[in-house]
Amino acid sequence: MKFTIGWLKEHLDTQKKDNELIEKLTDIGLEVESFENLSSGLDSFKVAKIINAEQHPNADRLRICDVDIGLDDTVKVVCGAPNAKKDLLTIYAGPGSIIPKNNMKLSVSKIRGVTSYGMLCSESELNLSNESEGITELPTVKYSDKIGKNFFKSNTEKVVDLSITPNRPDCLGVRGIARDLAAAGVGRLKKILLKNIKKNASQKIKVSITKDKNQGCTVFGSCLIEGVTNKESPQWLKEKIISLGQKPISAIVDITNYVMLDLNRPLHAYDADKIDKEIIVRNSKMGETFEALDNKEYKLNDDMCVISDKSGVLGLGGIIGGTRSGTEINTKNILLESAYFIPRSIRKTSKLLNIDTDAKFRFERGIDPQSIELGLSKAAELISEICGGKISNFDIQQTGKHEKNKIKFNISLFEKITGFKINDNDIIKILTDLGFEVTKKKLELDLKIPTWRPDITQPIDIVEEIVRIKGYENIETLQPEKTKIKDTLNAQQKLFHFLQRSVASKGYFETVTWSFTDSKINKLFKENLKEIKIVNPISSDLDVMRNSIFTNLTFYLKKNLDRGFKDISLFEIGPIFKGSKPGEQLTVIGAIKSGKISRLNWNEKDRIVDVFDVKRDVIQTLVEAGYDRQSFFVRDKSPSYYHPGKSGSVYLDKDETDPVAYFGEIHPNILKKLDIKTEGLVGFEIYMDYLRENKTKLKDLKTNFEYSDYQKSERDFAFVVDKNFKAQDLIEIISSIDKNLIRSIKIFDIYEGENIPQDKKSIALNVTIQSSEKTLEESDLEKINKLIISTVETKSGAKIRS
Amino acid sequence: MSDIKKIKDDYLNKLNNDLNIESLNQIKTELFGKNGKISNYFKKLGSLPTDERKKFASDLNSIKNELQVKIDSKLQEIETKEINSKLENEKIDVTLPEREFGRGKIHPVSQVIDEISSIFSEIGFSVEEGPDIENEHYNFTALNTPDNHPARDMHDTFYLDNNKELLLRTHTSPVQVRTMLNGKPPFKIIAPGRTYRSDSDQTHSPMFHQVEGLHIDKDINMGHLKGCLNYFIKSFFEVDKIKMRFRPSHFPFTEPSAEVDIGYEIKDGKIVIGEGDKWLEILGCGMVHPNVLKNVKVNPDKYQGYAFGIGIDRLGMLKYGINDLRAFFETDYRWLNHFGFDPLDVPSNYRGLSR
Repeated sequence: MKFTIGWLKEHLDTQKKDNELIEKLTDIGLEVESFENLSSGLDSFKVAKIINAEQHPNADRLRICDVDIGLDDTVKVVCGAPNAKKDLLTIYAGPGSIIPKNNMKLSVSKIRGVTSYGMLCSESELNLSNESEGITELPTVKYSDKIGKNFFKSNTEKVVDLSITPNRPDCLGVRGIARDLAAAGVGRLKKILLKNIKKNASQKIKVSITKDKNQGCTVFGSCLIEGVTNKESPQWLKEKIISLGQKPISAIVDITNYVMLDLNRPLHAYDADKIDKEIIVRNSKMGETFEALDNKEYKLNDDMCVISDKSGVLGLGGIIGGTRSGTEINTKNILLESAYFIPRSIRKTSKLLNIDTDAKFRFERGIDPQSIELGLSKAAELISEICGGKISNFDIQQTGKHEKNKIKFNISLFEKITGFKINDNDIIKILTDLGFEVTKKKLELDLKIPTWRPDITQPIDIVEEIVRIKGYENIETLQPEKTKIKDTLNAQQKLFHFLQRSVASKGYFETVTWSFTDSKINKLFKENLKEIKIVNPISSDLDVMRNSIFTNLTFYLKKNLDRGFKDISLFEIGPIFKGSKPGEQLTVIGAIKSGKISRLNWNEKDRIVDVFDVKRDVIQTLVEAGYDRQSFFVRDKSPSYYHPGKSGSVYLDKDETDPVAYFGEIHPNILKKLDIKTEGLVGFEIYMDYLRENKTKLKDLKTNFEYSDYQKSERDFAFVVDKNFKAQDLIEIISSIDKNLIRSIKIFDIYEGENIPQDKKSIALNVTIQSSEKTLEESDLEKINKLIISTVETKSGAKIRS
Repeated sequence: MSDIKKIKDDYLNKLNNDLNIESLNQIKTELFGKNGKISNYFKKLGSLPTDERKKFASDLNSIKNELQVKIDSKLQEIETKEINSKLENEKIDVTLPEREFGRGKIHPVSQVIDEISSIFSEIGFSVEEGPDIENEHYNFTALNTPDNHPARDMHDTFYLDNNKELLLRTHTSPVQVRTMLNGKPPFKIIAPGRTYRSDSDQTHSPMFHQVEGLHIDKDINMGHLKGCLNYFIKSFFEVDKIKMRFRPSHFPFTEPSAEVDIGYEIKDGKIVIGEGDKWLEILGCGMVHPNVLKNVKVNPDKYQGYAFGIGIDRLGMLKYGINDLRAFFETDYRWLNHFGFDPLDVPSNYRGLSR
């Protein structure tokens, strides 16, 4: 909402300086977006005279003009206007000027090989009129002695731009802003002075509001003005309209706009001669069409509030008028409309048709239903002053009365909510200044709410009115209490934060990527999950919710590879989506690692990242989070986006049904499809939702410290087993032989090849044996040795290698 | 007697020579080996007459000790010399680069969330979370923003169905609703998380992060709200004093509502929070609207309190001097490395938010 300080002062009697007013606006909740000198920028437009105009050597339509701008030397300007002739007085804009129409900043530039210093302006470029055919032609008489002078009067008028919250339609008019300021004590709200206009003619056009169900219009006021001369607006009105960044059109239109900006009272002017007999405000029927003032044809549904005549729809009430009945410069008779439309109906219709207009914006927030006559009076007065004409009596049709709503306000509520006290008289004064009718009854106030405040419906709204006008600075700053109702984080949240830092500590950079992704990439990772489409995606390559963390990770991995990075470790912890209902999501850690380990390293041989790098990271992360490595179980099943032979899944326990993690090489087909070029790409995923809560607290872990000081012995074995026999099973067989004696088992070699049958492999392992009761004798060791060999041979079909 | 003295003198002389470990061992064997010269004298001891034996044994022992000490010191000398000469050959260039240690990084958003949680933990808040996909009831209607409310236009909402029933939450406020529906007052929670709006430029991105705060009890008023936010902002920016301004504003789910500005100035091209005469809007807040309390079955005549919503990414940008919001989500390895945090830097109450 824009307005000038001068305009504000037409409603507000104040001695305050501009800055004080500006500060006050912000203090009472009318946020000031900007406060600028209107004239800034406009003093670079000079009155100028074309001394000479030559044909441009390289362009038929261009001329090179020598322009007198009041300096010793003329400047050269390349100009395309057909009327750029010798001796023409016009308006010159130098380099650095900003053209009001398009906010374009001028600079010295070469046009077809000829340097042009600035530009000669058309009226439309300066928002003076719609004339864009040629450059402005200034009358010689008036301007011949003004060459080099500023074209625009040095205007010190300052423009304020407020961002008005949707609950304050009353402040979409200058008067509403003045009222708030007056209540806040920076001035007095002036009375609106209306001239006593004669309304002797009769309103000959019949108006009716039908009793349709959900009729969107409740009041329709009208006034017929006959014999007007529509024309350009007078300077003062033009300036007002321009000062708010709008374009003057014609007196009739400018006047209706002026009343709207001044009083937040939208009006509509019809060319009365184009109305077929009468006005009927009714609900539309499916399929009806009309051409609106935005030159688009709209096809209507059932039950939209339309203003119509005998031949059909004239306009959408409170949203947009139609071309058929629009006023033009030669319009003689006009019908002024001042009506009330129900916000809900306005919103519904404009949403369906996707129309956004100033009127719609105001009506959907709520217009004062009691401003109908005021609006007609103000507009009729101005029209008759500027355009002449005979004014009819006001015809007011209404289907219901708009009474002031009432509220009982318990004064103590103010202190209860705000924490501070003010005296009752202050409260009454503030509310009265805001337009409330107040009756005091002991501890309560009986309030009648002004009709321009549709946002006020209950006592809490009254608290807000008082506290915002009184000033938020009166609210005390109370020290926060430290009482805790429950633990800051629950177990799952603690685990989240732990895992996040645990993975990062293993060399992975945490990233945060969109929860949505490209459906084409998502397809590669979605497995059997449902694709979740976004109806209105921000762009076509972010069109679905991600089914996997890997979609975005691989996408951004590629971007970083393209940036020249090779050895990249990335992870993200966040949601993936299984369905489109609230809660159908899982929290997953996804991590990927590309390239080599120890690339270009002087003392270590480099190698390509492999499955066991990510297996280490995933297992170690789970161990750090408190899960028991001894009971982990790894299977060689994994989602299809992993390399089928080089990936696996981790279960917390052999009996668990859901794996908590996957790890492995990313499937080569995916690298190919995404055009990812790297020596190796491995990754892992941890599904937080499948990690059961770890009940073992640190205090439980630390209670029993058991250790053995008896001598340890180590024995090496090598077993020849089937090629697809799993090392995990071998370890389990051995460790379950005697859990008290066998302390650890380490695999130190896997061998296939010479001396070993083709379908077999040799697994060499080292077993540490230690008793917690005695030093083992050679014979004890021999016994366990034999037991290990025989058990492994029977249970696995392996043969000890000799 | 003179024999053994001669042996002693001979060998002490020998031991004074430059010896290596082998020749020293040779000497040791010659003296104390099975048939060593000194050993042989000890063997003979038994055959001597008693009166001579005592004296001879004493002399022999003292000579033996003298030689032994000499040998030991010689051994030490040789070993030291050998180590020294070995060390001379073992000189390496210690200015060569160390083995690489790959520590990862924590994203600034995560770090800031941890900082926020730590600060609010100190004043008794707990952390609640909710789903990213919401239905329109929890995201709007229950928050006093009915279907025909213009405030809905201020949220450019992503929808998942044509009926506009399912959507990506536009703020973390639905967590308020869920928390209150699932529990009984008092409530004292923060809810950090991802939020989504269909908007993209330097200061807007289609996904961003918000933290919602909610404190409902019998007598929580605007003074508590001011105190809580003042405490939070001071702690977060790690400054002793903060200039703060509460401005009236409007949100459908709070009444009265406020926007909060903090003072700042630009020093050497960097933003300094807490001083200066410029204002920066950083959050929205207010007293929870009675309609919202009714919607979640909390009696507004008995309970009242405040709620606030803060942009997490924006807080991070201000605190850590990050200019472009979109960069948060672009996974540029260089950016992550530069703005990321060491995972060991866990913000906490007792050791402070940051180093």
